[in-house]
Amino acid sequence: MGHQNLEVLRGINLHISEGEMVSIMGASGSGKSTLLNILGILDGFDSGDYLLNNTRMNRLNERQAAYYRNRFIGFVFQSFNLLSFKNSMENVALPLYYQKIGRKKRNLRAMEFLEMMGISDRATHMPSELSGGQKQRVAIARALITQPKVILADEPTGALDSHTSQEVMDIFGKVNQQGITILIVTHEKEIADRTKRTIRIRDGVIIDEKIAMAS
Amino acid sequence: MFDLDTWQEIYFTIKQNKLRTFLTAFSVSWGIFMLVILLGVGTGLENGVKYQFRDVATNSIWISPGQTSLPYQGMKPGRNIRLTNEDYSEINRNIIQIDHSTGRYWCSGEFTVRYGNKYSAFDLMGCGPGHQYIENQRVVTGRFINDFDMENKRKVAVIGVDVREILFGKEDPIDKYIDIGGIQYKVVGVYDDAGGGSELKRIFIPLSTAQLAYNGANYMHQMMFTVGDASVKDSKDIVAKVKDILIDKYKFSPDDSRAVFVWNNVEQFQKFIDLFNGIRVFLWIVGIGTIVAGIVGVSNIMLIVVKERTREIGVRKAIGATPSSIIGLFLQEAIVITFLAGYVGLIAGIGLIEGINYMMLKMNVEAEYFKNPEVQIQTAFGATLLLVAAGLLAGYIPAKRAARIKPIEALRDE
Repeated sequence: MGHQNLEVLRGINLHISEGEMVSIMGASGSGKSTLLNILGILDGFDSGDYLLNNTRMNRLNERQAAYYRNRFIGFVFQSFNLLSFKNSMENVALPLYYQKIGRKKRNLRAMEFLEMMGISDRATHMPSELSGGQKQRVAIARALITQPKVILADEPTGALDSHTSQEVMDIFGKVNQQGITILIVTHEKEIADRTKRTIRIRDGVIIDEKIAMAS
Repeated sequence: MFDLDTWQEIYFTIKQNKLRTFLTAFSVSWGIFMLVILLGVGTGLENGVKYQFRDVATNSIWISPGQTSLPYQGMKPGRNIRLTNEDYSEINRNIIQIDHSTGRYWCSGEFTVRYGNKYSAFDLMGCGPGHQYIENQRVVTGRFINDFDMENKRKVAVIGVDVREILFGKEDPIDKYIDIGGIQYKVVGVYDDAGGGSELKRIFIPLSTAQLAYNGANYMHQMMFTVGDASVKDSKDIVAKVKDILIDKYKFSPDDSRAVFVWNNVEQFQKFIDLFNGIRVFLWIVGIGTIVAGIVGVSNIMLIVVKERTREIGVRKAIGATPSSIIGLFLQEAIVITFLAGYVGLIAGIGLIEGINYMMLKMNVEAEYFKNPEVQIQTAFGATLLLVAAGLLAGYIPAKRAARIKPIEALRDE
């Protein structure tokens, strides 16, 4: 932490309802990642309130933050962030390990979610043996396994080609149809266009909000 | 706490950095190995010195008369002090801590001792019943000199095992008569003495008999007594009291160190005990120093591991790992590495020490001041505890650092 206070976000007033699929767009340095980090309880904030599932997320200690991250949020990253020494199934099962669920049970659940992602045949493959699209499917399965309230995806297609990107977005769409809120940070217009609501951020303020008409 | 996932992760990290882990583990093994070796050798030294004390009671005090070297109350120096039976009784009466005591009279010169057609020269000594306890003599057959022998100035003899060997061979010596310088003595017992050597080539007869037969009058050359479990301080008080009694009678200066010679085994033995306690402390310090070097090594490696796994830790935190679970992850790894490595060192050290011990016994190596090196159970136990503590210590700083990693920083895409 720097000694000087750097104001990154100013006067953000945002309400995302359950079951929405929202994209956040903005140039680098606009504060969109900071916003995502705050929403993901990875970062704190100095003033204001953040309510997640009607629970106040202000000034949590590390343990509480870990608990809410585990129960309420599923993360999907640009660079997948799978653990290289665990196979697909074990990677997917990992969040349940932190819920102290037994090995057998969590591997079974992991298999279900891999199947849902259509890659159950890759269950015993290590991440290094998977393609980018497959890795992201594993990552999404990992994000979903705890049945979170919201999926936070930080440039989920940033490392994928356009075809695979569309496939991943299809998956997000399906997940959203099951009622899970999805928040995607991106700078790609095609990606943002596939969400129902787009929020543009610049210099820490929301400059534009657009609700897409039924496509 | 240790479930399959933990083992899997520890195994993975170790496998990823085989050489690094090996080198680190080696430094811990080496530390424990050195500690065990040092302590084993220390015990060997201690056993060796205790062995030197084996043939005397370590709680005994020996007094021999000498010659005054300082003028006192108008008397010139150079007076001979002689201990008498009366002094012996006086001291026994006044010092309540005495449990065994004896006077000793050396019959001057060597005596030709004859049994049948066999003869040889041996030392002859007069003593009382208490002698066997002070010299740690063990009666092999028959009995030692008793009070009845003393009162009646009987001509009985207790002979060393070497004397029996030479004069009697396989024959039973008990109740046989031997000729010592023309006087017939009945053999009543055979003794053995851990001191060995010349101490087994002696013949003991009652003090009273010796004084009568060899112009001893009521004099003795030495008196010895044991003082139970008296402390060093107690023993010094006893020595002072004995001196007071003798000064009172023979009028010599309390500062005169040559009038009466006192050998206080309690004090001497304690000096050795203190010395070895000191050596042991020193050895532990050296050994622990070596282990600390190993711990620093493990800690260092773990810090690098934490650094390398920063991203992984970030991911874990993002999906719900608590700080304590992250600390646990690294602590367990450190403990496993130090414990396994240390255990190898412990076993190797014990193996070497036991090997040396076995070889020394087998090849009959008689080293002065070194005997039976061994690793005591407490030492092994202490070393094991030390290992666990070392593991905790080695893992703590890296684990703490890992727990402080901020997920956003760890997950930032470069």
